[in-house]
Amino acid sequence: MVHRVDACAGRRTGWTVGRWHVVEDVALADCALDIEGQDLDDLFETAALAVADLMVDPATISVTVDRTIAIEADALDLLLYDWVSELIFLKDRDRQAFIRVRARVSGEGPFRVRARLEGGEIDPERTALRADPKALTFHQFTLERAAAGWRARLVIDI
Amino acid sequence: MKTTDDLRSKVQPAGDDIWEIPPSAKPGMLVPARVYASPSLLEQMDQGVFEQVTNVACLPGIVRAALCMPDGHWGYGFPIGGVAAFDAASGVISPGGIGFDINCGMRLLRTTLTEDDVRPRLAELIGALFSAVPSGVGSKGFVHLSEPEFDRAMVEGAGWCVTRGFGWPEDLEYTEGRGCLDGADPSHVSARARARGMDQLGTLGSGNHYLELQTVRPQGIHDPAAARSFGVDRPGQICVMLHCGSRGFGHQVGTDYLRLFDQAMKRYAITVKDRELACAPFRSPEGQAYFAAMTAAANTAFANRQMITHRVREVFEKVFATSARELGLSVVYDVCHNTAKLERHVVEGETRELIVHRKGATRAFGPGATDVPTAYREVGQPVIIGGSMETGSALLVGTARAMAETWGSTAHGAGRTMSRAQAKRRVGGETLIKDMAARGIIVRAASRSGVAEEAGFAYKDLSAVVDVLHHLDISRKVVSLTPIGNIKG
Repeated sequence: MVHRVDACAGRRTGWTVGRWHVVEDVALADCALDIEGQDLDDLFETAALAVADLMVDPATISVTVDRTIAIEADALDLLLYDWVSELIFLKDRDRQAFIRVRARVSGEGPFRVRARLEGGEIDPERTALRADPKALTFHQFTLERAAAGWRARLVIDI
Repeated sequence: MKTTDDLRSKVQPAGDDIWEIPPSAKPGMLVPARVYASPSLLEQMDQGVFEQVTNVACLPGIVRAALCMPDGHWGYGFPIGGVAAFDAASGVISPGGIGFDINCGMRLLRTTLTEDDVRPRLAELIGALFSAVPSGVGSKGFVHLSEPEFDRAMVEGAGWCVTRGFGWPEDLEYTEGRGCLDGADPSHVSARARARGMDQLGTLGSGNHYLELQTVRPQGIHDPAAARSFGVDRPGQICVMLHCGSRGFGHQVGTDYLRLFDQAMKRYAITVKDRELACAPFRSPEGQAYFAAMTAAANTAFANRQMITHRVREVFEKVFATSARELGLSVVYDVCHNTAKLERHVVEGETRELIVHRKGATRAFGPGATDVPTAYREVGQPVIIGGSMETGSALLVGTARAMAETWGSTAHGAGRTMSRAQAKRRVGGETLIKDMAARGIIVRAASRSGVAEEAGFAYKDLSAVVDVLHHLDISRKVVSLTPIGNIKG
């Protein structure tokens, strides 16, 4: 049975319209997320916001960082894997979380994502901390077309 | 899930508290899947355990059986509580059988202090420990390493810390593999892994990781002789337990190689039932590269727990104005529960070299094993099993039976029965902290929601898990430890 909890619309950023929700009963000790987007750009943006929301209360992040990243992968699902892995990497290396994301996915193999990320430092004095993601797993990892756009399942080890 | 329901129906008793799913239960199974559990724990196991342990039984080169310990629950790839040995010459190595938190493990320190000594200063002590041992998302350690120094830490493990004054020489004797596993090669570690983890030595992390002050209750000493050997034998005695691993460095090594193996499997014509079981032949270039990088991460996890030990000693010295030596703040043992190690085991009368994967499973070597500290060799290796922050933990000892039955392995914890979201719905972090304080357990945490996720009711009853281990004699109860203070990420 799929429970829908913590459903969040990315619309509050003004950029994305996708949705995500936590899927319970999958990997009890970790966090499974179902992500929906009207297109690939939207899905990648929504996935990024879901990861940020997992790590911190986004309302407690001040936007002080504006950066651009570009990632390339041979397969579309691996591009999503690398995209989420990059956000987890930046959380540890630069101690940054991103609460506004604009992504452009392109290519037909190799596939590319170029994105503008806006966010700020994870500062334990000011940021309400949540979970500390270790990695995106391949457990039940999917990216597929849906009736109204695209959907993905991400199981994140925390 | 139909397939899994079918698998549960194919579970057959194979002895008292031992259950088997035969190879005929799923296409591709090379060996049986074996689950160690009481009937009640078996019933509580989620559906994924049966699916995953039978998937592991399909991996090339697996020897004898795919095992699941009584704390087993749904993980990714392997179940948590999963143990599998593969022939070193013909078998595979799989990051999914180790986990992203490479060498996540437990360390137990003893003291000469009693609860009566500590209670009046408990809040001060917990506050000072919380400040000294960074925890939670984005935390940084107190040492800043150059790349060459970090390379040395990868190779030398806990010994790197001790030679720089962050520990006592005897700490190494009481650490699995003397805190340094053979085979680490930093040249197989990516620049991203270094960048991610280089300044995290001495940090606790988040999730179910913790630093806990514990006490020995009078009724908690089950094996007085073994307890005496381990120096944890006095009612009221204060101990410090650590649960953490290789932090972002290990997580990135896992990520890098999972991604690599996902593609490399095609070259070796390996197919797996679950993409998270991506693997490569152990003797292949990819398999050897992962083993070298994974071992480097395992060594940094030993170093991480060693650095935290150093900070704990500093805090105790300050709060009690007494040297850590006088306080008897010694390492009882440090043991891994997320590794793959090359070990020699007897298989049908023949000694073979195996690559033993333990994912959420503790090494539990019995009496006489060479990698057990000399002082414990007659008794067996200490096994440290962490429970929930509300209910307590356990010190056990490895057995000859574990060597014969489970590749010298046992459980690692209580095992979750409830998702994190479900736990948060049932209690708020602030409420739980207040409730625990009323029961004499002081909690400091970087994340309030993280505390709620780790509530005691989200876990199985640890004593039920430990009782099965004791009953099966794959490890024996020595001491039960009760929490009085906890630091969480």
